[in-house]
Amino acid sequence: MDFEDSPEEAKFRAEVRTWLDANAKKRSGRRELSAEDMENGAANEMAASKAWQKTKAKAGYARITWPKGMGGIGGTPMQSIIFSQEESKYDVANGGPFAIGLGMCIPTLMAYGTEEAKKRFVWPAVQGDEIWCQLFSEPAGGSDVANLRTRAEKNGDTWTINGSKIWTTGAQFSDYGIILTRTDPNVPKHKGLTMFYIDMKDPGVDIRPIKQASGGSGFNEIFFTDVKVKDSQRLGEVGQGWTVALTTLMHERLAVGGGQGGGLDVPQLMQLARSLELEDGPAIKNAAVREKIADWYVRSAGLRYTTMRTMTALSQGKQPGPEASIAKIVVASKLQDLSAFAMDLEGEAGILQGPDAPMHGMFQGGWLSSPGLRIAGGTDEILRNIIAERVLGLPQDIRVDKDVPFNKIPTGR
Amino acid sequence: MNFDFSDDQKMLKDQAHKFLSEKCTTKTVRTVFESKDHLDKALWKQIGEMGWTGTAIPENYGGLGLGYLELCVIAEEMGRALAPVPFSSTVYLFAEALLLAGSEEQKKRLLPNVASGEIMGTFARAEGPGAVLPKNIRTTLKGGKLNGKKIAVVDGPIADYCVVLARGSDEPGERGLQLALVDLKAAGVKRVECNTLDASRGHSDITFENANAEALGKLGEGWSDASRVLDRAAILTAFEQVGGADVCLAMAKDYALNRYAFGRPIASFQAIKHKLADMYVFNELARSNAYYGAWALHTGARELPLAAASARVSATQAFDYASKENIQTHGGMGFTWAVDCHFYYKRSKELGLALGPQRAWKDKLVSELETSNA
Repeated sequence: MDFEDSPEEAKFRAEVRTWLDANAKKRSGRRELSAEDMENGAANEMAASKAWQKTKAKAGYARITWPKGMGGIGGTPMQSIIFSQEESKYDVANGGPFAIGLGMCIPTLMAYGTEEAKKRFVWPAVQGDEIWCQLFSEPAGGSDVANLRTRAEKNGDTWTINGSKIWTTGAQFSDYGIILTRTDPNVPKHKGLTMFYIDMKDPGVDIRPIKQASGGSGFNEIFFTDVKVKDSQRLGEVGQGWTVALTTLMHERLAVGGGQGGGLDVPQLMQLARSLELEDGPAIKNAAVREKIADWYVRSAGLRYTTMRTMTALSQGKQPGPEASIAKIVVASKLQDLSAFAMDLEGEAGILQGPDAPMHGMFQGGWLSSPGLRIAGGTDEILRNIIAERVLGLPQDIRVDKDVPFNKIPTGR
Repeated sequence: MNFDFSDDQKMLKDQAHKFLSEKCTTKTVRTVFESKDHLDKALWKQIGEMGWTGTAIPENYGGLGLGYLELCVIAEEMGRALAPVPFSSTVYLFAEALLLAGSEEQKKRLLPNVASGEIMGTFARAEGPGAVLPKNIRTTLKGGKLNGKKIAVVDGPIADYCVVLARGSDEPGERGLQLALVDLKAAGVKRVECNTLDASRGHSDITFENANAEALGKLGEGWSDASRVLDRAAILTAFEQVGGADVCLAMAKDYALNRYAFGRPIASFQAIKHKLADMYVFNELARSNAYYGAWALHTGARELPLAAASARVSATQAFDYASKENIQTHGGMGFTWAVDCHFYYKRSKELGLALGPQRAWKDKLVSELETSNA
C-alpha cells in the first residue's frame, strides 16, 4: 500500500511536466474561486479556454484516452488523471466549456453518427473550435427524462422539431447540440424517442438564459420552432433514442469526477473559526464548532481516499468499484451545511454578500449555489435510487406509466 | 497509486473470512452472550494456534512478523463475525503497549506468549464517568506497588495482564504519569464483573491494593504512550467497525428484499432504498478513512494521529448508523432478542466507547488539524 506512481506512471508524469513547463506558466499559490466564478464557470475566459484546448489537442493531451490523430494518444484513464493533476498546478484556462461536448456529445456521435459526421465534427470539437451542448431535460421531464414532449415529425428526408428544453449548460456559446425528441406519442414513453444532432445557430432555436435563485445564469431555456433537421443527423434508429441517451449518460458518469464544491471546505471553515470570537472565546476553541469541523473533515477525507481507491483500480487496469458513486451526494449537502454553519458563526454579518461579507462572501456564495448542486446532474434522491438499484441491487420503483402509451399518461398542472 | 491491499493480504482476508464463517457464527456469539464465559475458548485457542494474535509481532518476539496491513484485514473479519474473544484488548492494546513502551526484557518475556494466544491482556485508563484527563488519574505506582481503581476494563474478567495508566510520581498533570504492567492474578488485585450492554465482551472494575506491578516505559511519558497506543488501536478497531457495518447493510438488504408489505418487497420503497443508500455512503467513507489509517500504521507516517482520529470518527459513525438502521429496517422483528440485529447494535456501542467517545476523538482530530496547518 503506497501512494507512489508506478515506473510507467512516473515516466508519463515527467513527460507531462516537461510539456507543461514549455507551454504554460506555473500557478503561484492556489487559485481562490470567487462566488462569481462558481456561478459563471469558464464563460468569462472563453478565448483563453479555446486557445489552451487547441494547444493540448495538437500534443494529444486534449482527450488522452482517445486514439492518436483524434486529440489523444490512446492512453489509459490513469494517464488522463495524471495529466489533470499536473495541469492544475499551472496557470491555464478552464477546460469547462468542452467538458459536455467531449465527455458526452461527441462520444455519442462517435457511436451512432455517420462517417461523414465523425469526419466533420470530432476534430473541431476536440481542439475547441466548436462547442456542443446536451439537450435532454425539459420542463416536463427532469428526473423523469423520458417524459419529454419536444416533437420531431418526419416529412420526406427532413424532420421538423418543435418544443422546448431546459437546464442546458453552455447553450449560449454552443455551436451544436444533441437533442432527444419524441417521434411517436402513441407508444410507451421510452419507446417513442429519437436522437438527433442540431445546429444551435438555426434561426428556429431561441436561447434564453435562466436567472437562477443565486443571481447567476449558468443554464438556459431553449425554444425550438420549426427547426428543420436532415435524416442524416439522426443518431441511432427511430424509436431507439432512449438507448442512445443511456450511452450518453454512461459517458456523463465517467466524466463527472469528485472535487466539486468550489474550493470551499474544512480549511476555509477553520480559517473563519480562527478569526472569530464567540460568547465563550475564540470560535476555533468552541466544542460545538470543533465537532462540526471533525464531521465534515471525515467526509472530505473519506472522499479523497475513495478517489484514491478508484485511481488504484484504474492504475492496475481494473474496472473501478461502485464506491465512486457516493461523491456528489456527500459533496453537495456538505457544501450547503458547512456554508450555513459558517454564516451562523458570522452572526449578523452572515447576511452580507460578496466583498461586504467575511472572507469575501465565500460561504454565502457556497450556500447560494449549493441547492443547485444538490439537483444538477441527478438530484440527491435520484442518486440514492441509483446506489440502491445499481450498487445494492434493490428493485426499481413501480412504474405506473411503463406500459401506457405516452399520450395517455396523466399529467399534472 | 497503490491504495489497496495486496493479493496476498486479500487472500489472508478470505481465509480469515472462511474460518470465522465456520467457527464463529452468530450462534457462537449468542451462546457467549447468554453465558457467563465472556469468550469462546475453543475459538480463542484456534486463533492463537493460527498465529493471528502475533500477526504484527516481530518474529524475534515469537510473532509471525507479517505486519499491520495483515492485521487490518484480520480485524475487519473479526468485526464482521462479532468474534467473542479478547482479540482487540490483547492484540491492539496490550501487545501494542508492550511494543511501544516495553523494555527489551519485558517484550521477550511476554510477547511470545501473547503471539501464541497463551496470555490475554488488556489496557485500563478510565477511573470514572466523563472525560479521561491527566488530572483525573489517581491510581498510583510507587515502589513497585499499584493502588487505585479502574472502571469498565474490557475483557477484564478473563485477562491475565493489564497495562494501567497510573501516577508514578507526585508531579501534577502529564509529568507524573507512567504506564504500569500488572499481573491480574497477583495478590491485591480485585476484579468485580460489571453489567455491560455487550455481554459477548466482559467488563470489570479492577481495584489495586498494594498489588505488585512494574513500570512500562518512562515516568512522564505515560500519557503520550497511552495516546500512541490508543491511536494504533483506533485504526485496527476501525476495521472491526467497518466489518460490522458492512454486515448490517447486508442484513438490512437481505431482509428488505424478502420481506413483503403492501404487496411488494419493502426494498422497493424509497424510504428503505434511501436509508440503505445512506448506509452504503457512510460505510464507504469509513472504509476509505480506515485504509488511510492502515497506510499510516504500516508506514509509521507522521500523519498517524490524524489518520487514527479520522478512521475512528468515520468508522464509529458508520457502524452506529448501520446498526441502528438495520434494526429499523427489520421493523418489530429487529427489536427481538431472537433476531441478531441487537448484537451489532450493542457491539457498535462497545467499540465506539472502548477507546474513548466520539466527542473526544473529534476534538483530537481538530487539534491535529490545527497542528498540521500551523
